[in-house]
Amino acid sequence: MFDFSSLIDPIYIATIFFFIIGLQRMSHPLTARSGIVWAGAAMLIATLVTFLTPGLNNFALIAIAIVIGGGFGYIAAKRVAMTDMPQMIALYNGMGGGAAAGISAVALLGTTNAITGSLAVIGGLIGAVSFAGSLIAFMKLQGWMRPRPITFTGQQVLNMAVLILAIVSGVLVITQPSWIPLSIGMYLPLFFTLSICFGVLMTLPIGGADMPVVISMYNAFTGLAVALDGFSFATPNYAMVIAGIIVGAAGSLLTLNMARAMNRSIPNVFFGAFGSKEEKETHIQGSMKSTDVDDVAVMLAFATKVIIAPGYGMAVAQAQQKVKELADLLESRDIRVKFAIHPVAGRMPGHMNVLLAEAGVSYDLLFDRDEVNPEFPGTDVVLVIGANDVVNPAAHRQGSPLFGMPILDVEQAENVVVLKRGQGKGFAGIENDLFYRDNTRLLYGDARETVAKLVQALKKLS
Amino acid sequence: MTDMTTFWTSVYIVMLAAFTGYVVISRVPVILHTPLMSGSNFIHGIVLVGAMVALGLATTPLQQVIGFVAVVLGAANVTGGYVVTERILRMFDRSGKKPGKRG
Repeated sequence: MFDFSSLIDPIYIATIFFFIIGLQRMSHPLTARSGIVWAGAAMLIATLVTFLTPGLNNFALIAIAIVIGGGFGYIAAKRVAMTDMPQMIALYNGMGGGAAAGISAVALLGTTNAITGSLAVIGGLIGAVSFAGSLIAFMKLQGWMRPRPITFTGQQVLNMAVLILAIVSGVLVITQPSWIPLSIGMYLPLFFTLSICFGVLMTLPIGGADMPVVISMYNAFTGLAVALDGFSFATPNYAMVIAGIIVGAAGSLLTLNMARAMNRSIPNVFFGAFGSKEEKETHIQGSMKSTDVDDVAVMLAFATKVIIAPGYGMAVAQAQQKVKELADLLESRDIRVKFAIHPVAGRMPGHMNVLLAEAGVSYDLLFDRDEVNPEFPGTDVVLVIGANDVVNPAAHRQGSPLFGMPILDVEQAENVVVLKRGQGKGFAGIENDLFYRDNTRLLYGDARETVAKLVQALKKLS
Repeated sequence: MTDMTTFWTSVYIVMLAAFTGYVVISRVPVILHTPLMSGSNFIHGIVLVGAMVALGLATTPLQQVIGFVAVVLGAANVTGGYVVTERILRMFDRSGKKPGKRG
């Protein structure tokens, strides 16, 4: 009789092939969607062929678990609003990390040798850290936890101590020295509890503008944990190893790129507790000047060049459709409109691009920070919609917590209008010099309503 | 992984996979960074396959419970990761008939 399990390896190889093709197709906007479809088809077939694994039992349990997990994942991902995508990525990433930790636990409860056991322990540690850390990131972005950094004295010492204890307990799990009268049934819970504690503690002090970097980093962590777990079986599961390593490498690269975009190092992101320290004295001069919709409409009507700088506030207010309407209206009046996109505006790299693409704004109008920065001096009006830290000129001032972060130099434009919900600070919790500049006007209110009113006011002017 | 041949083969595979991941990703433009992160989040959903094997080969009730939870989490990672990525990328699909559709 034909041995169906001989199909597993060829199909896993094909799966990896289509994963790589899929990722490559994701590198261009026009082919991107087909990329995920290729990868998805490959994943489906790989899952089905896994049922042919020799000696596999508990089929009913596997099927039930897939239905529960898959059902939750599908429904939650379908229902959530586009603006909440960042935290959904964090959530699903955490679940992947949890699954990796679970595989390690099952492997360590069975028979392992020194090498497979060690790899399972490392995979379990990384997976558990990614699980706990991603869930904290999810809760912070979802608003179930205060997004500001949580710090206390001795925090880094405590974190280090917990990590070292987790590693020590991991070593005990592998070696199980006879002079300690404890069984594996006691080391293992201790090991995973400490790993999860470390994941939580490591993420608590991170907040504000650093969340994209953190999610990206945990994404790479989960990939690495999956790869290590691929070795925890009697014969290595190379599909897990290769896919995991690819994600680990890709995620690391992405993390570094994002950190570089903010001019910060990775250790600084994780240990700097960004935004928790206020500057001792504020050097800000001038006062905040507010304006109203009609004034701004007139200002826009007589402009020849307008740049729109969106931020997280636009996402929160779901203002992208109205912003697109406003841009169309301005263009119909022969006003040149450009969008200035800061790489880390919003909560994810490319967050603004996704929202604006959703609203139907053409890519040709979207400009990266470096492309658009030289253009601000010749611009009549800059509309800052719900952005704060990425347009804060404090980044140019020594001693500011933002110092060194490349920003959108909107303050060089003739007029700056900032659409803001209230008088609060940005996500990083730092006072924004821009709001006090002489050429800056603040327009308070919900971004969507305000932009809608601007559209109405502009229409009346024609 | 029992013998040294398997060990060194694994090292080759890990090294080449790391290069592949690095090279494939380094060409992705900034605007696709969010879907890319989401897409790689989906791809590590291959963890589901490992969780299925872990549960399928589990012998003790404790292993079964942990394996069951791992499969639930892995399945959520896969389906959620796929749907999120697909939804984000649909926004970039110009041939789509409903541009500007609310997600």
